[in-house]
Amino acid sequence: MNTLIATLILHRLAIAIITLLIVSFAVFFATSLLPGDTATILLGQAATPEAVAGLREAMHLNDPAILRFLRWILGLFQGDLGTSYANKMPVAALVGGRFVNTLKLAGITTLVSLPLALTLGITAAMLRGTLYDRIVTVLSIGVISIPEFMVATTAVLLFAVYLRWLPALSLANNVHSFADAVRIYAMPVITLTFVVSAQMIRMTRAAVIETLDTAYVEMARLKGASRGRLVLKHALPNALGPIVNAVALSLSYLIGGVIIVETIFNYPGIAKLMVDAVATRDLPLIQSCAMIFCLGYLILITAADIVAIVSNPRLR
Amino acid sequence: MTSAAVPRPAGSHFGYRFSLVGIAAFAVILAWVIVSLFAPILIPHPVGEIVGSDYFEPISGDAWLGTDYLGRDMLSRVLMGARYTVGISLAAVVIACLSGISLGMTAAASGGLVDMFLSRFLDAMSSIPSKLFGLVVVAAVGSSIPVLILTLAVIYIPGAYRFSRALAVNVNTMDFMTVARTRGEGTLYLIGAEILPNIIRPVLADLGLRFVFIVLLLSGLSFLGLGLQPPYADWGALVRENIGGLPFAAPAVIVPSLAIASLTISVNLLIDNLPHKIRDRNA
Repeated sequence: MNTLIATLILHRLAIAIITLLIVSFAVFFATSLLPGDTATILLGQAATPEAVAGLREAMHLNDPAILRFLRWILGLFQGDLGTSYANKMPVAALVGGRFVNTLKLAGITTLVSLPLALTLGITAAMLRGTLYDRIVTVLSIGVISIPEFMVATTAVLLFAVYLRWLPALSLANNVHSFADAVRIYAMPVITLTFVVSAQMIRMTRAAVIETLDTAYVEMARLKGASRGRLVLKHALPNALGPIVNAVALSLSYLIGGVIIVETIFNYPGIAKLMVDAVATRDLPLIQSCAMIFCLGYLILITAADIVAIVSNPRLR
Repeated sequence: MTSAAVPRPAGSHFGYRFSLVGIAAFAVILAWVIVSLFAPILIPHPVGEIVGSDYFEPISGDAWLGTDYLGRDMLSRVLMGARYTVGISLAAVVIACLSGISLGMTAAASGGLVDMFLSRFLDAMSSIPSKLFGLVVVAAVGSSIPVLILTLAVIYIPGAYRFSRALAVNVNTMDFMTVARTRGEGTLYLIGAEILPNIIRPVLADLGLRFVFIVLLLSGLSFLGLGLQPPYADWGALVRENIGGLPFAAPAVIVPSLAIASLTISVNLLIDNLPHKIRDRNA
Protein backbone atom coordinates (compact mmCIF):
# COMPACT_ATOMS: atom_id res chain seq x y z
CA MET A 1 0.00 0.00 0.00
CA ASN A 2 2.91 2.34 0.67
CA THR A 3 3.97 2.17 -2.96
CA LEU A 4 0.52 3.56 -3.75
CA ILE A 5 1.20 6.59 -1.58
CA ALA A 6 4.64 7.01 -3.15
CA THR A 7 3.14 6.83 -6.64
CA LEU A 8 0.46 9.38 -5.78
CA ILE A 9 3.04 11.75 -4.32
CA LEU A 10 5.34 11.38 -7.32
CA HIS A 11 2.35 11.99 -9.57
CA ARG A 12 1.49 15.14 -7.63
CA LEU A 13 5.10 16.37 -7.83
CA ALA A 14 5.18 15.72 -11.57
CA ILE A 15 1.99 17.76 -11.95
CA ALA A 16 3.58 20.55 -9.91
CA ILE A 17 6.60 20.62 -12.21
CA ILE A 18 4.46 20.63 -15.36
CA THR A 19 2.36 23.37 -13.82
CA LEU A 20 5.45 25.40 -13.06
CA LEU A 21 6.52 25.08 -16.70
CA ILE A 22 3.10 26.21 -17.96
CA VAL A 23 3.12 29.07 -15.47
CA SER A 24 6.58 30.25 -16.48
CA PHE A 25 5.47 30.06 -20.10
CA ALA A 26 2.43 32.19 -19.26
CA VAL A 27 4.47 34.73 -17.28
CA PHE A 28 7.06 35.01 -20.05
CA PHE A 29 4.53 35.51 -22.82
CA ALA A 30 2.27 37.82 -20.86
CA THR A 31 5.22 40.08 -20.19
CA SER A 32 6.53 39.89 -23.74
CA LEU A 33 3.16 41.26 -24.91
CA LEU A 34 4.36 44.54 -23.48
CA PRO A 35 4.02 47.23 -26.10
CA GLY A 36 7.20 49.00 -27.09
CA ASP A 37 10.55 47.59 -28.04
CA THR A 38 12.88 46.58 -25.20
CA ALA A 39 15.97 47.98 -26.90
CA THR A 40 14.25 51.33 -27.50
CA ILE A 41 13.09 51.45 -23.88
CA LEU A 42 16.64 50.75 -22.66
CA LEU A 43 18.35 53.28 -24.88
CA GLY A 44 15.71 55.99 -24.62
CA GLN A 45 13.87 57.94 -27.31
CA ALA A 46 16.99 59.70 -28.61
CA ALA A 47 18.86 56.54 -29.65
CA THR A 48 19.89 56.11 -33.28
CA PRO A 49 18.27 53.24 -35.20
CA GLU A 50 21.73 51.64 -35.58
CA ALA A 51 22.30 51.60 -31.82
CA VAL A 52 18.85 50.08 -31.28
CA ALA A 53 19.51 47.43 -33.93
CA GLY A 54 22.90 46.68 -32.34
CA LEU A 55 21.42 46.25 -28.88
CA ARG A 56 18.61 44.08 -30.27
CA GLU A 57 21.25 41.85 -31.78
CA ALA A 58 23.31 41.78 -28.58
CA MET A 59 20.30 40.92 -26.44
CA HIS A 60 19.13 38.25 -28.90
CA LEU A 61 15.82 40.05 -29.23
CA ASN A 62 15.53 39.05 -32.87
CA ASP A 63 15.45 35.37 -32.00
CA PRO A 64 12.14 33.54 -32.09
CA ALA A 65 10.17 33.84 -28.84
CA ILE A 66 10.56 30.16 -28.02
CA LEU A 67 14.37 30.47 -28.06
CA ARG A 68 14.25 33.51 -25.80
CA PHE A 69 11.94 31.63 -23.49
CA LEU A 70 14.33 28.66 -23.27
CA ARG A 71 17.28 30.96 -22.66
CA TRP A 72 15.35 32.76 -19.93
CA ILE A 73 14.34 29.49 -18.23
CA LEU A 74 17.91 28.16 -18.36
CA GLY A 75 19.12 31.44 -16.88
CA LEU A 76 16.63 31.10 -14.03
CA PHE A 77 17.91 27.60 -13.26
CA GLN A 78 21.46 28.96 -13.04
CA GLY A 79 20.35 31.78 -10.76
CA ASP A 80 20.67 34.40 -13.48
CA LEU A 81 17.52 36.50 -13.15
CA GLY A 82 18.52 39.09 -15.74
CA THR A 83 19.17 42.81 -15.43
CA SER A 84 16.66 45.39 -14.32
CA TYR A 85 15.66 47.90 -17.02
CA ALA A 86 15.09 50.69 -14.54
CA ASN A 87 18.46 50.90 -12.80
CA LYS A 88 20.65 48.43 -14.72
CA MET A 89 21.31 46.36 -11.60
CA PRO A 90 21.21 42.56 -11.63
CA VAL A 91 17.71 41.46 -10.62
CA ALA A 92 19.16 38.91 -8.21
CA ALA A 93 20.81 41.72 -6.21
CA LEU A 94 17.56 43.74 -6.10
CA VAL A 95 15.47 40.75 -5.12
CA GLY A 96 17.77 39.21 -2.50
CA GLY A 97 17.35 41.50 0.51
CA ARG A 98 13.72 42.23 -0.32
CA PHE A 99 12.98 38.54 -0.42
CA VAL A 100 14.41 38.08 3.08
CA ASN A 101 12.23 40.95 4.33
CA THR A 102 9.11 39.34 2.87
CA LEU A 103 10.05 35.97 4.34
CA LYS A 104 10.46 37.61 7.76
CA LEU A 105 7.01 39.17 7.47
CA ALA A 106 5.48 35.88 6.33
CA GLY A 107 7.32 33.92 9.02
CA ILE A 108 6.23 36.17 11.87
CA THR A 109 2.66 36.17 10.57
CA THR A 110 2.68 32.38 10.47
CA LEU A 111 4.03 32.19 14.02
CA VAL A 112 1.29 34.50 15.27
CA SER A 113 -1.64 33.24 13.24
CA LEU A 114 -1.03 29.50 13.48
CA PRO A 115 -1.66 29.04 17.22
CA LEU A 116 -4.36 31.72 17.21
CA ALA A 117 -6.30 30.30 14.28
CA LEU A 118 -5.95 26.67 15.36
CA THR A 119 -7.16 27.45 18.86
CA LEU A 120 -10.12 29.46 17.61
CA GLY A 121 -10.97 26.95 14.86
CA ILE A 122 -10.80 23.88 17.09
CA THR A 123 -12.63 25.44 20.04
CA ALA A 124 -15.32 26.79 17.71
CA ALA A 125 -15.80 23.29 16.32
CA MET A 126 -15.96 21.82 19.84
CA LEU A 127 -18.55 24.38 20.92
CA ARG A 128 -20.49 24.20 17.68
CA GLY A 129 -23.78 26.06 17.71
CA THR A 130 -22.95 28.14 20.77
CA LEU A 131 -22.77 31.93 20.79
CA TYR A 132 -18.96 31.69 20.84
CA ASP A 133 -18.95 29.57 17.69
CA ARG A 134 -21.35 31.92 15.96
CA ILE A 135 -19.25 34.98 16.80
CA VAL A 136 -16.07 33.32 15.53
CA THR A 137 -17.79 32.18 12.35
CA VAL A 138 -19.42 35.52 11.58
CA LEU A 139 -16.16 37.40 12.23
CA SER A 140 -14.14 35.11 10.00
CA ILE A 141 -16.70 35.31 7.18
CA GLY A 142 -16.68 39.07 7.63
CA VAL A 143 -12.90 39.29 7.26
CA ILE A 144 -12.96 37.03 4.20
CA SER A 145 -15.66 39.14 2.54
CA ILE A 146 -13.78 42.42 2.72
CA PRO A 147 -10.72 43.44 0.72
CA GLU A 148 -7.33 43.12 2.44
CA PHE A 149 -6.72 46.84 2.20
CA MET A 150 -9.82 47.44 4.28
CA VAL A 151 -8.44 45.24 7.05
CA ALA A 152 -5.23 47.26 6.82
CA THR A 153 -6.93 50.67 6.85
CA THR A 154 -9.12 49.61 9.75
CA ALA A 155 -6.03 48.51 11.68
CA VAL A 156 -4.37 51.86 10.97
CA LEU A 157 -7.48 53.75 12.07
CA LEU A 158 -7.73 51.76 15.25
CA PHE A 159 -4.11 51.42 16.37
CA ALA A 160 -2.41 54.45 14.82
CA VAL A 161 -5.16 57.09 14.62
CA TYR A 162 -7.44 56.47 17.58
CA LEU A 163 -5.22 54.61 20.03
CA ARG A 164 -1.90 56.07 18.82
CA TRP A 165 0.01 52.95 19.79
CA LEU A 166 1.77 52.30 16.53
CA PRO A 167 3.22 54.16 13.54
CA ALA A 168 1.30 53.92 10.28
CA LEU A 169 4.40 53.21 8.16
CA SER A 170 6.97 50.41 8.26
CA LEU A 171 10.62 51.13 7.60
CA ALA A 172 12.35 47.84 8.23
CA ASN A 173 15.77 49.33 7.54
CA ASN A 174 16.16 51.29 10.78
CA VAL A 175 15.57 48.71 13.43
CA HIS A 176 17.72 49.44 16.45
CA SER A 177 16.03 47.62 19.27
CA PHE A 178 13.45 44.97 19.91
CA ALA A 179 10.86 47.65 20.67
CA ASP A 180 11.53 49.20 17.25
CA ALA A 181 11.04 45.84 15.59
CA VAL A 182 7.74 45.27 17.37
CA ARG A 183 6.46 48.72 16.44
CA ILE A 184 7.42 48.25 12.80
CA TYR A 185 6.17 44.73 12.29
CA ALA A 186 3.04 45.09 14.41
CA MET A 187 0.72 46.67 11.86
CA PRO A 188 1.61 44.57 8.78
CA VAL A 189 1.58 41.43 10.89
CA ILE A 190 -1.77 42.26 12.48
CA THR A 191 -3.32 42.83 9.05
CA LEU A 192 -1.87 39.68 7.51
CA THR A 193 -2.79 37.66 10.58
CA PHE A 194 -6.42 38.68 10.19
CA VAL A 195 -6.46 37.76 6.50
CA VAL A 196 -4.73 34.39 6.94
CA SER A 197 -6.37 33.42 10.23
CA ALA A 198 -9.89 33.98 8.90
CA GLN A 199 -9.28 31.38 6.20
CA MET A 200 -7.51 29.03 8.59
CA ILE A 201 -10.23 29.23 11.25
CA ARG A 202 -12.93 28.39 8.71
CA MET A 203 -11.08 25.44 7.24
CA THR A 204 -9.89 24.08 10.61
CA ARG A 205 -13.39 24.34 12.05
CA ALA A 206 -14.82 22.49 9.04
CA ALA A 207 -12.15 19.76 9.29
CA VAL A 208 -12.70 19.16 13.01
CA ILE A 209 -16.49 19.19 12.66
CA GLU A 210 -16.26 16.59 9.93
CA THR A 211 -14.28 14.28 12.22
CA LEU A 212 -16.57 14.95 15.18
CA ASP A 213 -19.46 13.76 13.04
CA THR A 214 -17.91 10.35 12.34
CA ALA A 215 -19.18 7.10 13.80
CA TYR A 216 -16.11 6.35 15.92
CA VAL A 217 -16.34 9.70 17.70
CA GLU A 218 -20.00 9.02 18.33
CA MET A 219 -18.97 5.63 19.73
CA ALA A 220 -16.47 7.28 22.07
CA ARG A 221 -19.18 9.70 23.18
CA LEU A 222 -21.54 6.80 23.89
CA LYS A 223 -18.82 5.10 25.95
CA GLY A 224 -18.93 8.20 28.13
CA ALA A 225 -15.65 9.87 27.18
CA SER A 226 -15.40 13.46 28.35
CA ARG A 227 -15.60 16.25 25.80
CA GLY A 228 -11.91 17.11 26.16
CA ARG A 229 -10.87 13.48 25.75
CA LEU A 230 -13.25 13.10 22.84
CA VAL A 231 -11.61 15.92 20.95
CA LEU A 232 -7.97 15.47 21.98
CA LYS A 233 -7.80 11.68 21.94
CA HIS A 234 -10.29 10.65 19.27
CA ALA A 235 -11.03 13.48 16.87
CA LEU A 236 -7.83 15.55 16.64
CA PRO A 237 -5.37 12.82 15.59
CA ASN A 238 -7.69 11.98 12.73
CA ALA A 239 -8.36 15.60 11.82
CA LEU A 240 -4.63 16.37 11.76
CA GLY A 241 -4.24 15.68 8.04
CA PRO A 242 -7.14 17.94 6.97
CA ILE A 243 -5.94 20.60 9.43
CA VAL A 244 -2.39 20.66 8.05
CA ASN A 245 -3.91 20.74 4.58
CA ALA A 246 -6.04 23.72 5.64
CA VAL A 247 -3.00 25.46 7.13
CA ALA A 248 -0.96 25.12 3.93
CA LEU A 249 -3.88 26.36 1.83
CA SER A 250 -4.52 29.32 4.12
CA LEU A 251 -0.86 30.28 4.06
CA SER A 252 -1.18 30.62 0.29
CA TYR A 253 -3.46 33.58 1.05
CA LEU A 254 -0.35 35.27 2.43
CA ILE A 255 0.72 35.88 -1.15
CA GLY A 256 -2.31 37.94 -2.09
CA GLY A 257 -2.26 39.66 1.30
CA VAL A 258 1.41 40.49 1.23
CA ILE A 259 1.05 42.42 -2.04
CA ILE A 260 -1.51 44.77 -0.48
CA VAL A 261 0.10 44.96 2.95
CA GLU A 262 3.60 45.79 1.72
CA THR A 263 2.17 48.54 -0.49
CA ILE A 264 -0.05 50.12 2.13
CA PHE A 265 2.60 50.07 4.89
CA ASN A 266 5.46 50.84 2.54
CA TYR A 267 7.26 47.71 3.69
CA PRO A 268 10.42 47.03 1.67
CA GLY A 269 9.57 43.50 0.60
CA ILE A 270 9.46 41.71 -2.70
CA ALA A 271 5.77 42.41 -3.33
CA LYS A 272 6.33 46.16 -3.05
CA LEU A 273 9.28 45.73 -5.41
CA MET A 274 7.01 44.00 -7.91
CA VAL A 275 4.21 46.57 -7.68
CA ASP A 276 6.79 49.30 -8.29
CA ALA A 277 8.24 47.30 -11.17
CA VAL A 278 4.78 47.09 -12.73
CA ALA A 279 4.45 50.86 -12.45
CA THR A 280 7.80 51.37 -14.23
CA ARG A 281 7.23 48.35 -16.52
CA ASP A 282 10.54 46.82 -15.55
CA LEU A 283 10.15 43.52 -17.38
CA PRO A 284 12.92 41.26 -15.99
CA LEU A 285 12.10 42.35 -12.46
CA ILE A 286 8.38 41.61 -12.94
CA GLN A 287 9.16 38.19 -14.42
CA SER A 288 11.47 37.21 -11.57
CA CYS A 289 9.13 38.40 -8.83
CA ALA A 290 6.19 36.68 -10.51
CA MET A 291 8.12 33.43 -10.71
CA ILE A 292 9.13 33.66 -7.03
CA PHE A 293 5.51 34.19 -6.00
CA CYS A 294 4.19 31.42 -8.23
CA LEU A 295 6.85 29.06 -6.91
CA GLY A 296 5.95 29.85 -3.30
CA TYR A 297 2.25 29.43 -4.04
CA LEU A 298 2.81 26.17 -5.89
CA ILE A 299 4.97 24.78 -3.07
CA LEU A 300 2.22 25.56 -0.56
CA ILE A 301 -0.65 24.05 -2.53
CA THR A 302 1.44 21.00 -3.50
CA ALA A 303 2.39 20.53 0.15
CA ALA A 304 -1.30 20.74 1.04
CA ASP A 305 -2.16 18.05 -1.51
CA ILE A 306 0.68 15.77 -0.39
CA VAL A 307 -0.36 16.07 3.24
CA ALA A 308 -3.88 15.18 2.19
CA ILE A 309 -2.58 12.09 0.37
CA VAL A 310 -0.29 10.96 3.22
CA SER A 311 -2.92 11.47 5.90
CA ASN A 312 -5.71 9.71 4.06
CA PRO A 313 -6.25 6.54 6.11
CA ARG A 314 -7.83 4.77 3.16
CA LEU A 315 -4.44 4.78 1.43
CA ARG A 316 -2.53 3.39 4.39
CA MET B 1 -26.95 45.20 -18.88
CA THR B 2 -29.41 42.52 -19.88
CA SER B 3 -27.49 40.17 -17.59
CA ALA B 4 -28.23 42.26 -14.52
CA ALA B 5 -30.39 39.56 -12.99
CA VAL B 6 -27.84 36.78 -13.29
CA PRO B 7 -25.75 37.04 -10.07
CA ARG B 8 -28.83 37.00 -7.95
CA PRO B 9 -29.52 33.31 -8.26
CA ALA B 10 -31.98 33.92 -5.49
CA GLY B 11 -34.41 35.27 -8.04
CA SER B 12 -37.75 34.76 -6.41
CA HIS B 13 -39.08 33.11 -9.56
CA PHE B 14 -37.60 29.87 -8.26
CA GLY B 15 -40.42 29.95 -5.74
CA TYR B 16 -38.45 29.24 -2.54
CA ARG B 17 -38.80 30.80 0.87
CA PHE B 18 -36.07 33.06 2.15
CA SER B 19 -34.87 33.90 5.62
CA LEU B 20 -34.99 37.49 6.84
CA VAL B 21 -31.20 37.88 6.52
CA GLY B 22 -31.42 36.67 2.96
CA ILE B 23 -34.08 39.23 2.12
CA ALA B 24 -32.12 42.04 3.77
CA ALA B 25 -28.98 41.03 1.86
CA PHE B 26 -30.97 40.90 -1.36
CA ALA B 27 -32.32 44.39 -0.66
CA VAL B 28 -28.79 45.79 -0.25
CA ILE B 29 -27.65 44.19 -3.51
CA LEU B 30 -30.74 45.43 -5.32
CA ALA B 31 -30.12 48.94 -3.98
CA TRP B 32 -26.55 48.92 -5.34
CA VAL B 33 -27.75 47.66 -8.72
CA ILE B 34 -30.34 50.45 -8.90
CA VAL B 35 -27.69 52.98 -7.86
CA SER B 36 -25.30 51.77 -10.53
CA LEU B 37 -28.00 51.90 -13.20
CA PHE B 38 -29.26 55.38 -12.32
CA ALA B 39 -26.15 56.96 -10.77
CA PRO B 40 -26.04 59.94 -13.18
CA ILE B 41 -29.57 60.94 -12.11
CA LEU B 42 -28.99 60.31 -8.41
CA ILE B 43 -25.77 62.19 -7.80
CA PRO B 44 -26.22 65.58 -6.09
CA HIS B 45 -23.11 67.12 -7.71
CA PRO B 46 -21.21 66.34 -10.91
CA VAL B 47 -18.35 63.93 -10.02
CA GLY B 48 -15.60 66.30 -11.06
CA GLU B 49 -17.03 69.41 -9.39
CA ILE B 50 -15.22 70.82 -6.38
CA VAL B 51 -17.90 71.63 -3.84
CA GLY B 52 -16.08 72.04 -0.56
CA SER B 53 -13.80 74.90 0.40
CA ASP B 54 -11.47 72.38 2.02
CA TYR B 55 -10.28 68.83 1.33
CA PHE B 56 -11.22 65.84 3.51
CA GLU B 57 -14.16 67.69 5.00
CA PRO B 58 -16.20 65.72 7.50
CA ILE B 59 -19.86 64.85 6.96
CA SER B 60 -22.00 67.97 6.56
CA GLY B 61 -25.44 68.98 5.36
CA ASP B 62 -24.04 70.05 2.01
CA ALA B 63 -21.72 67.10 1.40
CA TRP B 64 -23.46 64.18 3.08
CA LEU B 65 -20.37 61.99 3.07
CA GLY B 66 -17.79 64.75 3.31
CA THR B 67 -15.38 65.72 0.55
CA ASP B 68 -12.40 63.95 -0.97
CA TYR B 69 -8.75 64.94 -1.27
CA LEU B 70 -9.61 67.64 -3.81
CA GLY B 71 -12.75 68.83 -2.10
CA ARG B 72 -15.14 66.95 -4.38
CA ASP B 73 -18.45 65.60 -3.10
CA MET B 74 -17.83 62.08 -1.80
CA LEU B 75 -21.44 60.90 -2.03
CA SER B 76 -21.52 61.57 -5.77
CA ARG B 77 -18.20 59.82 -6.26
CA VAL B 78 -19.25 56.74 -4.33
CA LEU B 79 -22.55 56.53 -6.22
CA MET B 80 -20.73 56.81 -9.55
CA GLY B 81 -18.09 54.36 -8.32
CA ALA B 82 -20.83 51.77 -7.88
CA ARG B 83 -21.27 51.80 -11.65
CA TYR B 84 -17.69 50.74 -12.26
CA THR B 85 -17.34 48.27 -9.40
CA VAL B 86 -20.68 46.56 -10.03
CA GLY B 87 -20.60 46.89 -13.83
CA ILE B 88 -17.05 45.64 -14.40
CA SER B 89 -17.39 42.81 -11.89
CA LEU B 90 -20.73 41.77 -13.34
CA ALA B 91 -19.40 41.71 -16.89
CA ALA B 92 -16.32 39.77 -15.77
CA VAL B 93 -18.27 37.22 -13.75
CA VAL B 94 -20.71 36.60 -16.61
CA ILE B 95 -17.87 36.02 -19.07
CA ALA B 96 -15.93 33.86 -16.60
CA CYS B 97 -18.92 31.69 -15.74
CA LEU B 98 -20.25 31.37 -19.28
CA SER B 99 -16.86 30.20 -20.57
CA GLY B 100 -15.98 28.16 -17.50
CA ILE B 101 -19.30 26.37 -17.44
CA SER B 102 -19.37 25.68 -21.17
CA LEU B 103 -15.83 24.30 -21.02
CA GLY B 104 -16.64 22.29 -17.90
CA MET B 105 -19.70 20.69 -19.46
CA THR B 106 -17.86 20.05 -22.71
CA ALA B 107 -15.03 18.35 -20.82
CA ALA B 108 -17.46 16.20 -18.85
CA ALA B 109 -19.53 15.26 -21.91
CA SER B 110 -16.55 14.54 -24.16
CA GLY B 111 -14.23 12.90 -21.62
CA GLY B 112 -10.91 11.42 -22.76
CA LEU B 113 -8.22 13.66 -24.17
CA VAL B 114 -10.34 16.82 -24.34
CA ASP B 115 -11.13 16.48 -20.66
CA MET B 116 -7.53 15.74 -19.69
CA PHE B 117 -6.06 18.58 -21.69
CA LEU B 118 -8.60 21.15 -20.48
CA SER B 119 -8.32 20.06 -16.85
CA ARG B 120 -4.52 20.06 -16.82
CA PHE B 121 -4.29 23.43 -18.52
CA LEU B 122 -6.90 25.17 -16.37
CA ASP B 123 -5.42 23.67 -13.18
CA ALA B 124 -2.11 25.19 -14.13
CA MET B 125 -3.85 28.52 -14.73
CA SER B 126 -5.33 28.41 -11.27
CA SER B 127 -1.86 27.94 -9.74
CA ILE B 128 -1.06 31.54 -10.53
CA PRO B 129 -2.08 33.68 -7.56
CA SER B 130 -4.91 35.92 -8.76
CA LYS B 131 -3.44 39.29 -7.75
CA LEU B 132 -0.16 38.35 -9.35
CA PHE B 133 -1.86 37.42 -12.61
CA GLY B 134 -3.61 40.78 -12.54
CA LEU B 135 -0.32 42.58 -11.93
CA VAL B 136 1.45 40.83 -14.80
CA VAL B 137 -1.36 41.45 -17.28
CA VAL B 138 -1.68 45.09 -16.29
CA ALA B 139 2.09 45.44 -16.70
CA ALA B 140 1.83 43.88 -20.15
CA VAL B 141 -1.22 45.48 -21.72
CA GLY B 142 -2.23 48.36 -19.46
CA SER B 143 -5.52 48.64 -17.65
CA SER B 144 -8.36 49.85 -19.84
CA ILE B 145 -11.87 48.76 -18.87
CA PRO B 146 -12.12 45.96 -21.48
CA VAL B 147 -8.69 44.61 -20.46
CA LEU B 148 -9.72 44.65 -16.81
CA ILE B 149 -12.95 42.81 -17.53
CA LEU B 150 -11.18 40.16 -19.60
CA THR B 151 -8.36 39.72 -17.08
CA LEU B 152 -10.76 39.29 -14.19
CA ALA B 153 -12.79 36.86 -16.29
CA VAL B 154 -9.76 34.80 -17.29
CA ILE B 155 -8.59 34.57 -13.67
CA TYR B 156 -11.89 33.06 -12.56
CA ILE B 157 -12.55 30.74 -15.52
CA PRO B 158 -10.59 27.82 -13.95
CA GLY B 159 -12.68 27.94 -10.77
CA ALA B 160 -15.97 28.02 -12.66
CA TYR B 161 -14.68 25.23 -14.89
CA ARG B 162 -13.67 22.98 -12.05
CA PHE B 163 -16.96 23.52 -10.22
CA SER B 164 -19.24 22.89 -13.21
CA ARG B 165 -17.15 19.99 -14.47
CA ALA B 166 -17.43 18.21 -11.12
CA LEU B 167 -21.22 18.62 -11.23
CA ALA B 168 -21.48 17.70 -14.89
CA VAL B 169 -19.41 14.52 -14.43
CA ASN B 170 -22.05 13.29 -11.98
CA VAL B 171 -24.88 14.05 -14.40
CA ASN B 172 -22.91 12.36 -17.15
CA THR B 173 -23.23 8.96 -15.47
CA MET B 174 -27.05 9.14 -15.41
CA ASP B 175 -29.17 6.83 -17.51
CA PHE B 176 -30.82 9.63 -19.45
CA MET B 177 -27.37 10.63 -20.74
CA THR B 178 -26.80 7.12 -22.04
CA VAL B 179 -30.23 7.20 -23.66
CA ALA B 180 -29.50 10.54 -25.31
CA ARG B 181 -26.12 9.27 -26.54
CA THR B 182 -27.73 6.13 -27.94
CA ARG B 183 -30.27 8.30 -29.72
CA GLY B 184 -27.24 9.80 -31.44
CA GLU B 185 -27.43 13.31 -30.02
CA GLY B 186 -24.41 15.59 -30.52
CA THR B 187 -22.29 17.08 -27.73
CA LEU B 188 -23.98 20.46 -28.11
CA TYR B 189 -27.40 18.96 -27.47
CA LEU B 190 -26.13 16.88 -24.56
CA ILE B 191 -24.68 19.98 -22.93
CA GLY B 192 -27.58 22.32 -23.53
CA ALA B 193 -30.58 20.07 -23.07
CA GLU B 194 -29.42 17.35 -20.67
CA ILE B 195 -26.58 18.60 -18.45
CA LEU B 196 -27.26 22.31 -18.07
CA PRO B 197 -30.80 22.09 -16.66
CA ASN B 198 -29.52 19.66 -14.03
CA ILE B 199 -26.65 21.78 -12.74
CA ILE B 200 -27.97 25.30 -13.27
CA ARG B 201 -28.92 26.06 -9.65
CA PRO B 202 -25.66 25.29 -7.84
CA VAL B 203 -23.85 26.89 -10.76
CA LEU B 204 -25.77 30.13 -10.28
CA ALA B 205 -25.02 30.14 -6.55
CA ASP B 206 -21.37 29.61 -7.44
CA LEU B 207 -21.57 32.56 -9.80
CA GLY B 208 -22.56 34.75 -6.87
CA LEU B 209 -19.50 33.66 -4.86
CA ARG B 210 -17.26 34.28 -7.82
CA PHE B 211 -18.79 37.76 -8.13
CA VAL B 212 -17.57 38.47 -4.59
CA PHE B 213 -14.05 37.29 -5.44
CA ILE B 214 -14.02 39.49 -8.53
CA VAL B 215 -15.23 42.57 -6.65
CA LEU B 216 -12.48 42.00 -4.07
CA LEU B 217 -9.80 41.48 -6.70
CA LEU B 218 -10.90 44.49 -8.76
CA SER B 219 -10.91 46.67 -5.65
CA GLY B 220 -7.49 45.32 -4.68
CA LEU B 221 -6.02 46.07 -8.10
CA SER B 222 -7.55 49.54 -8.19
CA PHE B 223 -6.25 50.14 -4.69
CA LEU B 224 -2.75 49.31 -5.93
CA GLY B 225 -3.28 51.85 -8.71
CA LEU B 226 -3.30 49.11 -11.33
CA GLY B 227 -7.04 48.83 -11.86
CA LEU B 228 -9.36 51.51 -13.14
CA GLN B 229 -7.47 54.66 -14.13
CA PRO B 230 -8.56 58.28 -13.62
CA PRO B 231 -10.82 60.03 -14.50
CA TYR B 232 -12.88 56.91 -13.76
CA ALA B 233 -12.86 55.69 -10.20
CA ASP B 234 -14.32 52.53 -8.76
CA TRP B 235 -14.53 51.99 -5.00
CA GLY B 236 -11.01 50.57 -4.73
CA ALA B 237 -9.60 53.56 -6.60
CA LEU B 238 -11.56 55.92 -4.33
CA VAL B 239 -9.88 54.39 -1.28
CA ARG B 240 -6.51 54.79 -2.98
CA GLU B 241 -6.92 58.44 -3.92
CA ASN B 242 -8.14 59.33 -0.45
CA ILE B 243 -5.69 57.22 1.54
CA GLY B 244 -4.07 60.49 2.63
CA GLY B 245 -7.16 61.14 4.73
CA LEU B 246 -6.57 58.06 6.83
CA PRO B 247 -4.69 59.89 9.62
CA PHE B 248 -7.71 62.21 10.07
CA ALA B 249 -10.17 59.31 9.78
CA ALA B 250 -11.81 61.17 6.88
CA PRO B 251 -15.10 59.69 5.68
CA ALA B 252 -13.63 59.87 2.17
CA VAL B 253 -11.43 56.85 2.85
CA ILE B 254 -13.88 54.94 5.06
CA VAL B 255 -17.07 55.23 2.99
CA PRO B 256 -15.85 53.50 -0.20
CA SER B 257 -14.47 50.64 1.91
CA LEU B 258 -17.83 50.30 3.62
CA ALA B 259 -19.53 50.30 0.22
CA ILE B 260 -17.37 47.36 -0.92
CA ALA B 261 -17.98 45.52 2.34
CA SER B 262 -21.75 46.07 2.16
CA LEU B 263 -21.86 44.60 -1.34
CA THR B 264 -19.60 41.59 -0.77
CA ILE B 265 -20.99 40.68 2.64
CA SER B 266 -24.55 40.93 1.30
CA VAL B 267 -23.81 38.60 -1.60
CA ASN B 268 -22.14 36.13 0.79
CA LEU B 269 -25.06 36.31 3.22
CA LEU B 270 -27.59 35.91 0.43
CA ILE B 271 -25.84 32.78 -0.83
CA ASP B 272 -25.50 31.41 2.71
CA ASN B 273 -29.21 31.91 3.22
CA LEU B 274 -30.29 30.37 -0.05
CA PRO B 275 -32.44 27.29 0.38
CA HIS B 276 -30.29 24.16 0.40
CA LYS B 277 -31.97 22.91 -2.74
CA ILE B 278 -30.25 25.65 -4.71
CA ARG B 279 -26.75 25.45 -3.30
CA ASP B 280 -26.16 21.79 -2.69
CA ARG B 281 -22.41 22.26 -3.01
CA ASN B 282 -20.01 24.88 -1.78
CA ALA B 283 -17.28 26.26 -3.97
